[in-house]
Amino acid sequence: MGRLFSYLRKYTRDCILAPLFKLLEAVLELFVPLVVAAIIDHGIADRDVSYIVRMVMVLFALSVTGLAVSVTAQYFSARAASSFARDAKKALFEHIELFSMADCEKLGLATLINRMTGDMNQVQSGVNMTLRLLLRSPFVVLGAAFMAFVVDVRSAFVFVVVIPVLALVVYLIMRVTVPRFRSVQGGVDDLLARTRENYRGARVIRAFNLQESERKGFHDAGDSLLTRQLGAASLSALTNPMTSFVVNLGIMVLIWYGGLRVEAGTLTQGSVVALFNYMSQILVELIKLAGLIQTMTRALASARRVGSIFDMEPSMADGSRMDSPEDGPAIEFRHVSFSYAEGCGRVLKDISFRLERGQTLGIIGATGSGKSTLAALMARLYDPQEGEILILGAPVRSYRLSYLHDTVTLVLQKARLFSGTILGNLKLASPHATEEDVRAALADAQALDFVMEKGLDAPVEAGGRNFSGGQRQRLSIARALVHGGSILILDDSFSALDYKTDSLVRQALAARPVTKVIISQRSSSVMNADLIILLENGSIAAMGTHEELMASSPVYREIHYTQFEKEDGDV
Amino acid sequence: MYKKTLIRMFSYLAAYRGRFVLSVVMALVYVLSSLYIPLLAGQAIDSLIGPGRVDFSLLTGRLAAILVTSLVCFLSQYILSRLNNTLVYSLSRNLRNDAFDKIGRLPFAYLDSHRQGDVVARVIGDVEQVADGLLLGFSQFLTAVLTIVLTIYYLFSLDWLMALVVILLSPLSLVVASFIARRTHKHFRKTAEKRSLQTDLTDEFITNTGEVICYNLQNQCQERFGRVNDEWAESSLKGTFYSSLVNPATRAVNSIVYACAALTGSLLVITGRMSVGGLTSALSYATQYTKPFNDITGVVTELQNALVCASRIFALLDEAEVEDRGTLELPHGPLSVSFRNVFFSYVSGQDLIRDFSLDIESGRHVAIVGPTGAGKSTIINLLMRYYDADSGTILIDGIPIGQLKLSSLRLSFGSVLQDSFIRRATVRENIAMGRSFTDDQIIAACQKAHVHNIIMNLENGYDTMLDDDEGLLSAGERQLIAIARCMVALPNLLILDEATSSIDTRTEGLIQSSFNEMTRGRTSFVVAHRLSTIRNADIILVMKDGDIVESGRHDELLARGGFYSELYHSQYAKAVGQGR
Repeated sequence: MGRLFSYLRKYTRDCILAPLFKLLEAVLELFVPLVVAAIIDHGIADRDVSYIVRMVMVLFALSVTGLAVSVTAQYFSARAASSFARDAKKALFEHIELFSMADCEKLGLATLINRMTGDMNQVQSGVNMTLRLLLRSPFVVLGAAFMAFVVDVRSAFVFVVVIPVLALVVYLIMRVTVPRFRSVQGGVDDLLARTRENYRGARVIRAFNLQESERKGFHDAGDSLLTRQLGAASLSALTNPMTSFVVNLGIMVLIWYGGLRVEAGTLTQGSVVALFNYMSQILVELIKLAGLIQTMTRALASARRVGSIFDMEPSMADGSRMDSPEDGPAIEFRHVSFSYAEGCGRVLKDISFRLERGQTLGIIGATGSGKSTLAALMARLYDPQEGEILILGAPVRSYRLSYLHDTVTLVLQKARLFSGTILGNLKLASPHATEEDVRAALADAQALDFVMEKGLDAPVEAGGRNFSGGQRQRLSIARALVHGGSILILDDSFSALDYKTDSLVRQALAARPVTKVIISQRSSSVMNADLIILLENGSIAAMGTHEELMASSPVYREIHYTQFEKEDGDV
Repeated sequence: MYKKTLIRMFSYLAAYRGRFVLSVVMALVYVLSSLYIPLLAGQAIDSLIGPGRVDFSLLTGRLAAILVTSLVCFLSQYILSRLNNTLVYSLSRNLRNDAFDKIGRLPFAYLDSHRQGDVVARVIGDVEQVADGLLLGFSQFLTAVLTIVLTIYYLFSLDWLMALVVILLSPLSLVVASFIARRTHKHFRKTAEKRSLQTDLTDEFITNTGEVICYNLQNQCQERFGRVNDEWAESSLKGTFYSSLVNPATRAVNSIVYACAALTGSLLVITGRMSVGGLTSALSYATQYTKPFNDITGVVTELQNALVCASRIFALLDEAEVEDRGTLELPHGPLSVSFRNVFFSYVSGQDLIRDFSLDIESGRHVAIVGPTGAGKSTIINLLMRYYDADSGTILIDGIPIGQLKLSSLRLSFGSVLQDSFIRRATVRENIAMGRSFTDDQIIAACQKAHVHNIIMNLENGYDTMLDDDEGLLSAGERQLIAIARCMVALPNLLILDEATSSIDTRTEGLIQSSFNEMTRGRTSFVVAHRLSTIRNADIILVMKDGDIVESGRHDELLARGGFYSELYHSQYAKAVGQGR
């Protein structure tokens, strides 16, 4: 949380000026009773109408000055709060961008989004309100106590007792409610996740006619949020009644004690009136403060949630190497084993292989055999628990990640496009690419036709929804080609393409002088590779060229024949 | 414009009429008791006449009355705020539920063309802002109004001229407040829009984490986010600042009223119409009277923000809905499907399907083939009524699909769709999809779909929690889950839209026999790239650029030497040719 509020430091001046001007306004307000007293004592007593008019002018002047002063205060606090929220949001976003895939998956997308938006809004309004009221209210409360001492030292003990009791009540209520408000935000996370899910999965949800049960689920989650909200609010709703009650008790004691002292002749009736007025002033201020405390409590709960993201260090340490050795194989795995989380089964077991530069590696295997994981490890989306991975002759961990990803281009299985234009997506990773580069990449990816039809500036909606699965895949291949890099990994990037397009893309790629890793379930996609790895249950079941595997591996043969058996008779 | 939104908000309140009335009563009790305490305290102080002349019996009586009154005050205030919390949070829950339910009834034309983040911002973020605004409104508005009414009463009891001065001048602060509020409105709306844009961008970038990492897009995303963030901060600053002007402005007006009251009062005292004590009381009432005005104007700005957000929610609620006016249900058993002169376009003017007619007898297998982007999935969209045809009819079992209950229509289809969506639920629930099956049935289906072993390898087997966002399952495994979903129950009609595109050919071959068993005697539609899987279809529709260019059986089409045979030969000849 400390990290979060450090973004206020830049606005220290605003944060000091805002309450200071508020203070000034409060001081100006304290003058008003004095002026009124003067009107009564001099103007009315002496029947001096011009004096009264002059004093009323002073009141006017006080109110105009007060307006100017408090407008200034409001400006400073609004500026500090929005600038702080802007900087903190930016920093939070940048911090999240440092996270690895594993980190993001662990946290969950919905909660990240909610903390970025909902929680930050709470923190912002908390900062704003705090700057406006925090200095003013304690000043008024302590000022009233100070005045009580001036009026009568012995009666002021009531203030000495009442103020700490008030502070204690406020502190205790806040302490209990902060965690409850945090749990409220947790409930909001859940609703957010459900809303996203129902938007995205609408087709499947409707296909199974699940709207009703999804509705029920959402309503139940809403009810549970309601329970949490009421649980948190029912306690914080105590703040105002409790503090008022304490002050009212204080007033009773004050008057009773005052009565004893007046009876004894050590205090006047007027002084009791003054003391009573000061206690009332505290009461009025506390009512204002109670609102602030609610806002602050919620803001604090949200700040904790944002802070916990700041406190989470990215789990992957960046390397420093910004070049690659002259020699050494393109990709080498040495006894690599990997599991996604502790306690989960190992997805890859003791993988070792070597791929020379310029060669093509084909990876084939059943669904769930670990092909995508293998690809992800090459681009260091995850770190393996055991073994070592070398890229271009140096350990993958030694490279600066940005350099590694410029060298190793991974086209993800579930490739996603960004909202914007087609050209924007293609040039995303390499803004300086020329038009020829883009066209060549589109041509190789067999995407030139449909792109030219729509135009390079055709809009792309979030996730590329306005394109078919095959079009998305071809665009993502083109994007990778524009990006360049000496190792190109295609994770099942042809699955939505028809065989004809698939083979055209592969032919075009063959002409590009880069090391290629092609993951596919189609035997035709990998059979020309220099090296083919057959994965089974996370282990290498067989490795070699197409011919070698056809001779040695019955499983590989079977895979091949499920595709080609009948055609052999036809063609 | 406000008025409509406000009236609609009140319609939500109607469900809690009883509590609302109780809340008003409690507010009344609270204001009465809290205003009564100073009066009692004044009388108690009056008993302290001087040394040796304190009326202790009066003093103890009044102090006891203060104790009782402050207890009443305590209780009424506590009950009041709990009632208000319940009211506001229940109301916002109902609003959120309605907004969420709406998503389930929106047509795909809306869902496919709107930003997910924007809708999420409305359902979650805007509802929260509405709740915040209303809470402040409820907790301060009522008490403020009641305080004003009671104070007017006390002022008149003092002096009518004095009362008139205060009452006539005070609305000035309301005028000032509404003047500012009108100018603030624009900024609130802008801030809400920017906030939703920001949510949307955050959503997109976080969802695309894989791409961001693989293409080193961190800096670019930060820049884009930074720009939206700056714009948001700018309008947020303006909105916050302008709205925070209301309080100082009304306070200034109030102190001017106070000064006028002081002037009037002093002159009244000089002319002998009023006592000094009366003036003191009048002035203290003048402050008390203007304070609630302050509160009300503060509430007005909050309410304004709430109304802006509410109107965004209502705009979502007012979107046109999917029509589900059909009443008929499909029988069980084999069903025929007919297309009669169907025209369809996603964007009006750009016909994707033109005058399409076809009769499919029950139990036939239809394959739809064609290059990527030819509009194969569109046929599925029309069959499942995700989209409605622009003209023409689709009949199932002789009934136009518009006359069928949507639920009956969709549940008659077993479908494996292109994008296999995983619910945030356990594996078991992901397969049952709200239908009731025994564990044995679910396991049997998973075995048929060859996903049972994969599931057993997960941390908690069938009880493992899945999430569409996370990478626990690969695309192929997700498809297998979708296939198991379909296999667990035998529907009347079957749609397989690229059902095995991410599954390896060997597993696919293994599943094929289960598929064959499933499709036997059922009308089925298969969209596939793998020609081998559709060779046995009764009719093959060959699509190109949205048109059905050829149709017939595999052998007929091959013999015809048209587009299909071109497609077929290029695929297998090339693939095999490259093999050697």
